Amino acid sequence: MRYFKVGLLALCAMLLLVSRMAFALVDIPDVTAHVTDLTNTLTTQQQSALESKLAAFEAKKGSQIAVLIVSTTQPEDIAQYSMRVAEKWQLGREKVDDGVLVLVAKDDRKMRIEVGYGLEGAIPDVYAKRIVSDVMRPRFKQGDYYGGIDASVDTLISITDGEALPAPEVNQSSQMSGDNALALFFVGTLFLTMFFHGILGRFFGSAATGGVMGGAAALLAATSTGIGVGIAAFLVSIILPSIFTGGGGSRRSGGYYGGGTSSGGWSGGGSSSWGGSGGDFGGGGASGDW
Amino acid sequence: MQKIIIKLFTALLLLNLTACGYNNFQTLDEGSKAAWSEVLNQYQRRADLVPNLVNVVKGYAEHEKDVLTQVTEARAKVGSMQVTPEVLNNPDAFAKFQAAQGELSSALSRLMVVAENYPNLKADQSFRDLQAQLEGTENRITVARNRYIETIKDYNIAVRSFPENITAMIFGYEAKPSFTVENEKAISTAPTVDFSDKK
Repeated sequence: MRYFKVGLLALCAMLLLVSRMAFALVDIPDVTAHVTDLTNTLTTQQQSALESKLAAFEAKKGSQIAVLIVSTTQPEDIAQYSMRVAEKWQLGREKVDDGVLVLVAKDDRKMRIEVGYGLEGAIPDVYAKRIVSDVMRPRFKQGDYYGGIDASVDTLISITDGEALPAPEVNQSSQMSGDNALALFFVGTLFLTMFFHGILGRFFGSAATGGVMGGAAALLAATSTGIGVGIAAFLVSIILPSIFTGGGGSRRSGGYYGGGTSSGGWSGGGSSSWGGSGGDFGGGGASGDW
Repeated sequence: MQKIIIKLFTALLLLNLTACGYNNFQTLDEGSKAAWSEVLNQYQRRADLVPNLVNVVKGYAEHEKDVLTQVTEARAKVGSMQVTPEVLNNPDAFAKFQAAQGELSSALSRLMVVAENYPNLKADQSFRDLQAQLEGTENRITVARNRYIETIKDYNIAVRSFPENITAMIFGYEAKPSFTVENEKAISTAPTVDFSDKK
């Protein structure tokens, strides 16, 4: 019995090892920019040229096109790997699914254009295939990687531009839904109340809360909105301790975070890091080699 | 007073637990059905491509009758199958469906291999377009199948694990069949390499 157990354990360990070896898949890099080059094929200028082109297009149309250059996708097929990347990066807007991934596996000499659900009408497989074999392949054959990628991106942009898609969100604050604004109002007021009541007491603390909330709203929306929000925050703030008995407390740490939330909460989708917005892919697109 | 509240609370909690299990089945069941529809959708898309593809190939490779017939027959078989949602709960019907689709897959890949021998066919724009569409569809089928397998995995885990298995038993939810590797036999037998028939 004992030997059996030991044997079983050894077998399990072996199987684990084998499965580890069999599934040593290529890692998917984190997405931080429109252009991700893991092979240093593109020069810095070329990268930033592509980056600004794609960022400008996203700002104008809302669609997210990203470029990824890896050395190899082995042991996976390029289509499998690009699907995994697409699922992780989630290019394109949520529900609009207007993301496109241009993937180049340099050492495999293979490329693929992965098209999100929402753009399968604008970029059917046939078009993707033509871009791969007529635009990218000839340039890649001559070693002109930048030229091939740049030209393919231009084509993708021009095709996508003709598609009727929802307008891009110009400014997150003006587009914020009522639900979110309301939630933010209550959370902000709650934390500010906890903070200011501890320092200034109930009445003046509530006044300060109203002032900060109103000021923030005035900055983000309009002065009139700010006045309304300020008064509402003051009233909520002064009632709050009665609802949470003993809740006017002096939890300074909570108050600190609260201040952070109300001042910086609106600027979501910051500028330093870029990522997909939740777009979905279904395997559309085309692959090719050179 | 307090005891009554505690008892009530416990009862509520228990009710809540079983209700959770039941609702969970509804969610998982619908999820798997939706994933299955996508699989069917993509298979249908492939079947719709076949007639055009056969016509184009016929124009250049008339005497490849064997392969063309195989594809047409496999297509007819797939088309004649009644695929109702009940197929999902019937492992036999499911296996049959899978076999028919597998037959079409291998017939199509043979057709593509044959096409390699005809440069004029390969250069034909409509053939190239159809080829791109077929490739894309095959890829979508793979994605849809993988997603279906994932939903079935969640569903079957729920059906078999305690305490949801009791709910499953009461309401008659059974484990659903999932996809297996289509060409299991072909993978497990090593390919033979023959250098003798050099022309």
